[in-house]
Amino acid sequence: MSDTDATNAEAESEPSGAAGGTGAPTTEEPSTRLDLGSGGPDVSEQYPLQVDGLRKTFGGITAVDDASFQVERGTLTGLIGPNGAGKSTTFNLITGMLTPDAGTVTFDGEDITGQRPHAIANKGLVRTFQIARELRDMTVLENLMLAPKAQRGEALWRSVTPGFRDDVVEQEEELLERVWNVLEFFDIDHIAEEYAGNLSGGQRKLLEMARALLTDPDMLLLDEPFAGVNPSLEKRLLEHVHELREQGYTFLLVEHDMDLIMENCERVIVLHQGQVLTEGSPAEIQANEEVIEAYLGGNV
Amino acid sequence: MSVRDDVADRIPGGDAGLIVVVLLALYAVYILVGVGLGYSVRGQLNTIAVLTFYIGVFAMLALALNLHWGYTGLFNIGIVGFMAVGIYVMALVSKPLYGSGGAAQVGGLGLPLVVGIVAGMVAAALLGALVALPALRLRADYLAIVTIAMSEIVRFSFLSGELQQFQLFGERVGFGGGSGLILDFTNPLEAFFAFFGLWDAYLGFVDAFTVIIPNNPKPVVDGLVYGAVLLGFVAAFFWLLKRTGESPFGRVLKAIREDEDVANSLGKNTNRFKIKAFMLGCALMGLVGILWLMTSGAVTPNFFRPRITFFVWIALIIGGAGSNTGSVLGGAVFAALLYQGPRYLKNLIDTVIPNADAPSSFGPAVAPLVSNFDPAPLFFYTIDSVRQLQLVIMGLVLIWLMHNRPEGMLGHRKETAAGIPLTASRARGTASTDGGDAGGEVDE
Repeated sequence: MSDTDATNAEAESEPSGAAGGTGAPTTEEPSTRLDLGSGGPDVSEQYPLQVDGLRKTFGGITAVDDASFQVERGTLTGLIGPNGAGKSTTFNLITGMLTPDAGTVTFDGEDITGQRPHAIANKGLVRTFQIARELRDMTVLENLMLAPKAQRGEALWRSVTPGFRDDVVEQEEELLERVWNVLEFFDIDHIAEEYAGNLSGGQRKLLEMARALLTDPDMLLLDEPFAGVNPSLEKRLLEHVHELREQGYTFLLVEHDMDLIMENCERVIVLHQGQVLTEGSPAEIQANEEVIEAYLGGNV
Repeated sequence: MSVRDDVADRIPGGDAGLIVVVLLALYAVYILVGVGLGYSVRGQLNTIAVLTFYIGVFAMLALALNLHWGYTGLFNIGIVGFMAVGIYVMALVSKPLYGSGGAAQVGGLGLPLVVGIVAGMVAAALLGALVALPALRLRADYLAIVTIAMSEIVRFSFLSGELQQFQLFGERVGFGGGSGLILDFTNPLEAFFAFFGLWDAYLGFVDAFTVIIPNNPKPVVDGLVYGAVLLGFVAAFFWLLKRTGESPFGRVLKAIREDEDVANSLGKNTNRFKIKAFMLGCALMGLVGILWLMTSGAVTPNFFRPRITFFVWIALIIGGAGSNTGSVLGGAVFAALLYQGPRYLKNLIDTVIPNADAPSSFGPAVAPLVSNFDPAPLFFYTIDSVRQLQLVIMGLVLIWLMHNRPEGMLGHRKETAAGIPLTASRARGTASTDGGDAGGEVDE
């Protein structure tokens, strides 16, 4: 399924790659691109995440300047760009950590612009952080048990009232089992009882991805998940990502390692100075003069 | 550190056992000192009653603060304000109607004590929500500023003439202003036993004490029984907060303390959790305010100076933030050694060295030391000023703790935030037996 989707995407995006992301399509398929904002059912089915004209300024600096792109369902899409291109800000804008000055973010056909982070996460759009943010003084198990959505025991009264607490305990046992499965999937079951603060950098990255996965997301935004991870662990993490993608998860991945992006992503979006410079298949991106210039600082 | 843990591990009964052992040790010290002082049985029992009272209130306050600070990371330094609201609202609701005789300048609504207690707790919780709503959106330290300001606003409000007396539902009620409020409702202990139909039985129980205390044993027995009731409340607080902590709710609170952004990005509405936890803690603080003062006959606003707030913080720091057991121990140790201890020590020294008249001021106390190396006057002067020195001693203890054991007695122990024990072995057993189908598809 994903194979055909990927080819479709390439076919579609090939001409629009030169659009420069300013929302002024120069291709023969303008209707598709213009429709994205309104997010018809078909479009949102194929592209769960649509970002349109996103803008954010900090004081005099425009971090994200009219960025528009879309992420196709069931793909591993890479978001690249030189330092300061606005990748992390874009992530923060999408996930509600920051509120955009202009533009819209649409997820599964619903406008989620400016919604609070927890509301967006509950819709199935979950992120990880650039610097792994484990909950230090909680064990790996506690970290993971936190993640599942809509836990009965999150209602205070139910957790303390005798009788009702049995329900909570019952669900906790189910959750614990799910957690163990995920722990084994990521091969970190041997550190289950360790405090998260004692983990190595790579283990924290695994923990963070496992935790995000336990929220039962439709789409995962991974902010440099491989930074500071040794090559063998990186390989394993990538295997996990591919395995999950085959199960139907959608990934948007910020990463600096070009080789990694080119080898693993179906589609690549290039941000430069807060704008979408281009998007397309890895091969197209590698051949794109503008991208090379942006990375080598040709515009200076 | 490890030695202490070993000792704690060897005590049977786990945490409850540890608490009982520490309490017994504190009582033993007091009784021994009392024997040294040559106290009568009445005096001994009185001492124990007073000690139990303070252990009870400080343990409860430390537990409530632990929910705020230890679990959720909410920096509440307005504890005393919530206590004040608790007892004042309770008095407003439960004092008898005005004009039914008695010395009180203002009346209340004449409702039963239980209604008053619930009203006091609800009022404290609502005040907590009011304070928290704007402050929780800001960074953590702002909550501290807002809460301490609130506690002073509460105190000055109760001091003000405007609220001294007013009409509510056609009744003349009020908070009494600076001259205080007479708490002329039924004796709470009597109401408590009458509720269970045991008041006559209790009076018989008191009479039995004439064997030990020949004349008028009632005040002493009342004190002891009230202390026991307070310890019962400590147990109830402990139970409630342990359950709160060991649940998915408590897990989110812990996550908020560790990193609120993470909890948020995992879909937890952290503001809701914070407000709930804050309101629960405030209600409990209001209840402690009620329990502390409702037997005292009267209440004045200036009782609620911020120093009590800081006493509770010291108790929590001694015990160890994040641990419910530690909170109880911290409350007990603080009450016995830092709050009551210095006064008791002064009595002891006064008995051992009788007829020593302390100099009335610092000058005469130091002069002999300088002129003929006689340290005695300075020593007696110091002993005589022990009440003032108490705060200095607390400060020194705090500094020592911050340097040597910032996590307190039990703060290093992490209490599991889950409804079930999260141990590797047990979970692995269930996962391998019936988790096969779910695990199979994702296994490599």
